[in-house]
Amino acid sequence: MSNQALPRPRFNAPEPEHGPPEHGTKAALKIETRATPLLDGKVSEVPDVAFGWAMRLCGVAVVALLGLIVYQLVVGSTLSWHAFGWKFFGQSDWNPVEDQYGALPFIFGTLVSSLLALVIAVPLSLGVAVFITEMCPIRLRGILSFTTELLAAIPSVVYGLWAIFVLVPVIREYVEPFLAKTLGWTTLFSGPPYGIGMLAAGVILAIMIIPIISSITREVLTVVPQHQREAVLALGATRWEMIRMGVLRNARAGIVGAIILGLGRALGETMAVTMVIGNRPEIAKSLFAPGYTMASVLANEFTEATGNLYLSALIEIGLALFLVTIVVNALARLMVWSVTRGQPARSIA
Amino acid sequence: MGVGITVEHLNAFYAKTQALFDVNIIVAANHATALIGPSGCGKSTFIRCLNRMHETIPEARVEGSVRIGDLSVYNGTSATQLRRRVGMVFQKPNPFPTMSIYDNVAAGLKLNGFRNRKQLDEVVHKSLQASALWDEVKDHLHKKSGASLSGGQQQRLCIARALAVQPEVLLMDEPCSALDPISTGKIEELIFQLKEQYTIVIVTHNMQQAARVAEFTGFFLLGKMIEFDKTEKIFTNPSDKRTEDYVTGRFG
Amino acid sequence: MPATNSNPAAVLIPEVSVPPISLRRRVTDHVMTAVSVLTVALVLLPLFAIFAYLVYKGIGSINLAFLTQTPKPVGEPGGGMANAIVGSMVILGIASLLGVPLGIGAGIFLSEYGRNRYGDIVRFVSDVLNGVPSIVIGIVAYGLVVMRQKHFSALAGGVALAIMMIPTIARTTEQMLLLVPQAIREAAYGLGVSRWRTTLSITLRTATSGVITGVMLAFARVAGETAPLLFTAFGNQFWNWKTDQPTAALSLQIFSYAISPFDEWHRQAWAGALVLIILIVGAVAAVRIAVRHGTLAGA
Repeated sequence: MSNQALPRPRFNAPEPEHGPPEHGTKAALKIETRATPLLDGKVSEVPDVAFGWAMRLCGVAVVALLGLIVYQLVVGSTLSWHAFGWKFFGQSDWNPVEDQYGALPFIFGTLVSSLLALVIAVPLSLGVAVFITEMCPIRLRGILSFTTELLAAIPSVVYGLWAIFVLVPVIREYVEPFLAKTLGWTTLFSGPPYGIGMLAAGVILAIMIIPIISSITREVLTVVPQHQREAVLALGATRWEMIRMGVLRNARAGIVGAIILGLGRALGETMAVTMVIGNRPEIAKSLFAPGYTMASVLANEFTEATGNLYLSALIEIGLALFLVTIVVNALARLMVWSVTRGQPARSIA
Repeated sequence: MGVGITVEHLNAFYAKTQALFDVNIIVAANHATALIGPSGCGKSTFIRCLNRMHETIPEARVEGSVRIGDLSVYNGTSATQLRRRVGMVFQKPNPFPTMSIYDNVAAGLKLNGFRNRKQLDEVVHKSLQASALWDEVKDHLHKKSGASLSGGQQQRLCIARALAVQPEVLLMDEPCSALDPISTGKIEELIFQLKEQYTIVIVTHNMQQAARVAEFTGFFLLGKMIEFDKTEKIFTNPSDKRTEDYVTGRFG
Repeated sequence: MPATNSNPAAVLIPEVSVPPISLRRRVTDHVMTAVSVLTVALVLLPLFAIFAYLVYKGIGSINLAFLTQTPKPVGEPGGGMANAIVGSMVILGIASLLGVPLGIGAGIFLSEYGRNRYGDIVRFVSDVLNGVPSIVIGIVAYGLVVMRQKHFSALAGGVALAIMMIPTIARTTEQMLLLVPQAIREAAYGLGVSRWRTTLSITLRTATSGVITGVMLAFARVAGETAPLLFTAFGNQFWNWKTDQPTAALSLQIFSYAISPFDEWHRQAWAGALVLIILIVGAVAAVRIAVRHGTLAGA
């Protein structure tokens, strides 16, 4: 049956052709009746191929960069490696005069300052992140997140400058005496209050890593589906209980990832720490004492390194720092990725 | 003047899946040919094989031969060169958002190295007139971006853009499916006029549109072309039962 | 309520009264809210303190002399950081020349040619590079450039900063290009535009403002860097227009002044820090305005 609803076509079409066209029929190209085309000439494949290879080369360049970094570090540290082997990382004797190099004080200093920074920064970052995502009135959200990101934009040397002239006096005059009075019985807070030292380094590092921990945590918290929050609220929970059970618990892996990313940042931080840590290659029990980190010794002594073994020892410290930060960062990104699962993350450099 | 298209034993694949099975068709020059069929039947895949757009999908493959006029599509011509002779209008209007209306229409020429300002002006003018958009935009050619127009206007802009390259064939992949009825009517009227100059192949899921606009219609089902004949015959007296079932609405 | 004729479902409602939320839970809720507000205050405090001190300590010292003179010898008052400001611009210029094209090229690779295993490798390496401490990059640039040339230079500093810019720019460029709808590329292909032309004139053009934002973010990040310049550009108290000499940089100058024992230099360090921040913010803002200006109405 034909479809009566369809309109009658308003033209008379010829019979369609079902076989190959004969020469000279309508199906052949009629060059003479077509206006001269504006686009003439052959199209060369060469530019396309060349461009493709140029772009691939750029991609290769990125990988080559990493190779270059590894190469420079490994080659530069061979001298020291041959001289000291694994003992390099176990000895605490840093003596350029006698060409004796042990990196333990720097490893200790890096770890302690970074861990102290985490202890201070993590509660603060989580508090800020939770406030912005869960408690804050919507109008404030943009301003608050913008200002915490602003903290990330301040250059390290400016942090260091402020730390030397503002933070350190405050620590020396108020914080350290207070801690000595209240907690001085622990060896952690003993010794003369220089101001400059591990405590100051930990505090300024904490301020510097708060933005990254808090912004990744915010991302991770935002990804928690709304129905999780609603489910807990529907059971009669208070807002804090909802946050604790419905949000934080779900985002646990991501939060840990954010914290480890902050750790990675702290491990590699150079300038601000160098300016307030005191630069003394000793392992001390007290947080008041000066210390030295891997990044700081590089900053201070690289240009003064007389002698190839000295330089090689420093480069070996650089290699160790490089390896540690890579592993920490890779671990962190894995954990964050497992929670956000490929949602486009804002690039936090 | 347009040219005819000859398709012989066309098979198309997406990686391991075959989407078109042995399609043979001869599209007449200077006429409009509609391709109808239910969703997923391969009509869009087919039309994209005609200008090698199918290849832009990774792991897509084509076997068989397509000739446009005396130009062999898959042997000997680069895809870029071919596409300058075959224009395409897509389902959703896609003007270049950062370019003005003028630049949008001239894009096909300018990006291929054509620089003569006077001739460009002329081509833009003619193309916009041919797509019935000139009067609406002639005062804003350089000031407004392509994306600031309404849906129907954007599609006519895309048609003008395709016409500016002076193709011989115009392929239209469901050009009106995203538009309101008034814009659709305008574009159908346009197609009716464009037939004089170009060979038009239009994919549509709207049978009434095929009947309004095209002299010939091909019915696709599951990757095969079931029937190809004059539109009148397809809709009033189809030879194949499956065609009849489709046009009478027994399945869709 | 026992079942009655009016409400047969009432038999399902048990005889229980739900107690109100305990005082302990309510107090905890309020306390945690207060704690959160406190953390925000504690975090914002140093931010305001830093900016306040920067302005307070620095603004008085920024004058024409500061911006146009080079440092005076130790002990003499006055002098400025003109050479450091110019030096920073030169180093950043070199870094951008090297880093921006390579970074954008890598980004184009990742989005247009790299949706496969090879692209994944580059993506992974990019993210790894982003986490490398900047002082380590300094060591690498030292080995690459300084040791070969046997002297410090602005080029070495520029190379170090370029290495830092490339991964950031590559990733942000990739993300911006991926946002361009495939339909736009298809429209260009349909017109017979070749692939390279489509990628540059259509895809990249559509994503321009986003790509530029990414570039400026990378720029702002390296503009304040000191560590990688310590043993590449090294710093210089005087004007230097030769390419084979150490070059002054604003961040280096701030560092060496800050750790010096001289009050005069401390004062100038604050001024330098303020100038640095102003220059960075100014550069980013200028580029944002220029990009917005070049965009069409309705685009």
